[in-house]
Amino acid sequence: MRRTGAQIVWEMLKREGVEVVFGIPGGAIMHVYHPRRDYGIHHVLVRHEQCAAHAADGYARASGRVGVAIATSGPGATNLVTGIATAMMDSSPIVCITGQVPTSVIGFDAFQEIDITGITLPITKHNYLVTDVNDLAYIIHEAFYIARSGRPGPVLIDIPKDIQKAETDFVPPEEEVRLPGYRPVGPGDPEAVRQAADLINGAQRPIILAGHGVLMSGAMEILRAFAEKTETPVALTLLSKGGFPESHPLALGMMGMHGEVFVNQAIQEADLLLAFGMRFDDRVTGRLEHYAPKSRKVHVDLDAAELNKIVPVDVAILGDLRQVLEQLLPLVEPASHQEWLEQINRWREESRARDIVNRPSNGRLLAPQVVHAIWEATGGEAIVATDVGQNQMWAAQYYHLNRPHTLMTSGGLGTMGFGLPAAIGAQVAHPDKEVWAFVGDGGFQMTMQELATVVQERLPLRIALLNNGYLGMVRQWQEFFYDQRYESTSLLNPDFVRLVEAYGIHSWRVTTPEETHQAIAEARSHPGPAFIEFQVAQEGEEGNVYPMVPAGAALHEMIRRPTPAVKAR
Amino acid sequence: MKSTLIALVEDKPGVLNRVASLFRRRAFNIESLTVGHTEQPGVSRMTIVVDSARTDVRKVAQNLYKLVNVIQVEDVTERPAVIRDLALIKVRTNGSTRAEVMQIVETFRARVVDVGLETLMVEVTGTEEKIDGLVEVLGSFGIVEMVRTGRVAMVRGSNGNNGKSQYRVKGE
Ligand SMILES: Cc1ncc(C[n+]2csc(CCOP(=O)(O)OP(=O)(O)O)c2C)c(N)n1
Ligand SMILES: [Mg+2]
Repeated sequence: MRRTGAQIVWEMLKREGVEVVFGIPGGAIMHVYHPRRDYGIHHVLVRHEQCAAHAADGYARASGRVGVAIATSGPGATNLVTGIATAMMDSSPIVCITGQVPTSVIGFDAFQEIDITGITLPITKHNYLVTDVNDLAYIIHEAFYIARSGRPGPVLIDIPKDIQKAETDFVPPEEEVRLPGYRPVGPGDPEAVRQAADLINGAQRPIILAGHGVLMSGAMEILRAFAEKTETPVALTLLSKGGFPESHPLALGMMGMHGEVFVNQAIQEADLLLAFGMRFDDRVTGRLEHYAPKSRKVHVDLDAAELNKIVPVDVAILGDLRQVLEQLLPLVEPASHQEWLEQINRWREESRARDIVNRPSNGRLLAPQVVHAIWEATGGEAIVATDVGQNQMWAAQYYHLNRPHTLMTSGGLGTMGFGLPAAIGAQVAHPDKEVWAFVGDGGFQMTMQELATVVQERLPLRIALLNNGYLGMVRQWQEFFYDQRYESTSLLNPDFVRLVEAYGIHSWRVTTPEETHQAIAEARSHPGPAFIEFQVAQEGEEGNVYPMVPAGAALHEMIRRPTPAVKAR
Repeated sequence: MKSTLIALVEDKPGVLNRVASLFRRRAFNIESLTVGHTEQPGVSRMTIVVDSARTDVRKVAQNLYKLVNVIQVEDVTERPAVIRDLALIKVRTNGSTRAEVMQIVETFRARVVDVGLETLMVEVTGTEEKIDGLVEVLGSFGIVEMVRTGRVAMVRGSNGNNGKSQYRVKGE
């Protein structure tokens, strides 16, 4: 079977089960694009390559499959970089295919030549420059395997133009990959597992810190069984939301910098931390010297480099979380921790009383209440993408999730502009599901051009813009920690409704709490994409995300929500 | 203290670059790094020396394992091993000092490999301490130029290095 390199690309994508790719063509990748339609793989034409990578990432997170982004050489490839780094930091499996100048001129600074394998070396799990068309099929196969196995991550394949054009006898690569040094881990060391079981069986105040690894190893069911058997409450990281149902009585909610106070209190008071597939990010631990001082610690992770990297632990188990939990479950005794749970619930009630969504409206439109209203209206069943900043934290705090793979958010890199393209990827993965993007006025303007993609692809996406007229999260830091000097954070914004209407997307503007429910209802019943601009409170305590652990403070040193009494002042 | 790691890596383009990039990114302090072929085609061997006071050797090994092309990493610091460094040293000499230099070279079991009008080139292999010693003595004559390879190491005994590693990722 004679095939060109370009045909092999599509042939292999098909064999890897790819149904859709995101990209923008250009000189050095045109050969690849040319035969696409013969292979029945859909191409989503984005408006900026960064968003091809973000959309592929969103697609991957929503579907549990590998997302694919395609770009031309030079500027097309460099535009991917932020998207690749975002995927790397959050261990999201994507494969990026870039065009490259012909091999004969590599190194000559040819037109649109850039060393993209060099540039992406530290932000990919692995990357390739293809130098022989006979290697291409195998490389693509290996790339998909590396992207999705072990600790997943982005893989980039750079294909020079002459390789795309060259013909060869296409032989499908064998299933088995040839990677002598690459072995994703399986179950944990039985001795370490036994030690962990001993600690668990002796604990009075245990707490599970569930991380992204729960979703990636498919440990949702077994985690639930484990939590119930040992009656252990579960705190979530931002990226593990959906990995444990937030409606479950043992669910605590998000931990860390913007976690609820009672969750962080529980961590500080626990006598046993069970860190399952998480990596003790500084946004989660606060000041390390004062982190969970009363606890023994068990850490399960599939990446040896994460064990004892930040927090020294009593038992470190290297292994796949699902398999380790399968080993652990029979070794742990059914337990009851009534006293501990009651204590946590008392703290929880205290937090609830201060919660802004439990207070009567004062006539002003508050972002948490907007998110809460959308959560209620959708019955918590929507797939949610967020941008970065206050909008992200409000979405995480008030949109409670019960199912895995329903939150797309940039955790590790905190990439503004991620929300809209990630939502596009999620909606492409689930055309029939309700997808909401929560974005801020700052980040939205970083990737807003993708509204055209939404329309061209006829995606029924819902977009909630939380417009506070500020780079809100930075403004909040300025208020708390920088003498209230609001340096370069105020935004003079366009008329968003008119702007979005210009793309052909039906839009609503909401400025009061009374309009909220109706606009949400109308947007939900609208058949096509829908956009609501919520002009939310901009400043002061109503414009801030509470609670908050200041950077560098201990977890229990939180800035709490102002109490209603203080508010009436 | 100096620690010595031996890493077996796939002999593919860019692998050295990946290792170097990793060390830079994780701010690991590397004293020396040597690369060369092994008895197995397609496999290269790196000897990496780190100052364990400044860099956590376990972290170096664990992070090396994250590179797809790294096959095996072993910390041989505590194992009985032969450790060698090789140096070429060009020493300034004249009629009156030449004999003396030759004698020192002899004492250190080094060799003179080139003779110039005003210099001698000395080749020496051995532990770093031995070479440091020679360099110090020759220094008084004037060292014109010097190059050292950095440490290479091999564990003693009849076993090959394969399949034995303290940091081998468990679970196939
Ligand atoms: C690409 C990028 N640039 C800058 C930042 C720093 N940053 C973090 S949050 C934030 C403000 C975001 O403003 P907006 O999108 O309006 O969201 P808000 O916080 O107001 O909800 C900024 C500038 C970032 N995270 N990403
Ligand atoms: Mg804003």
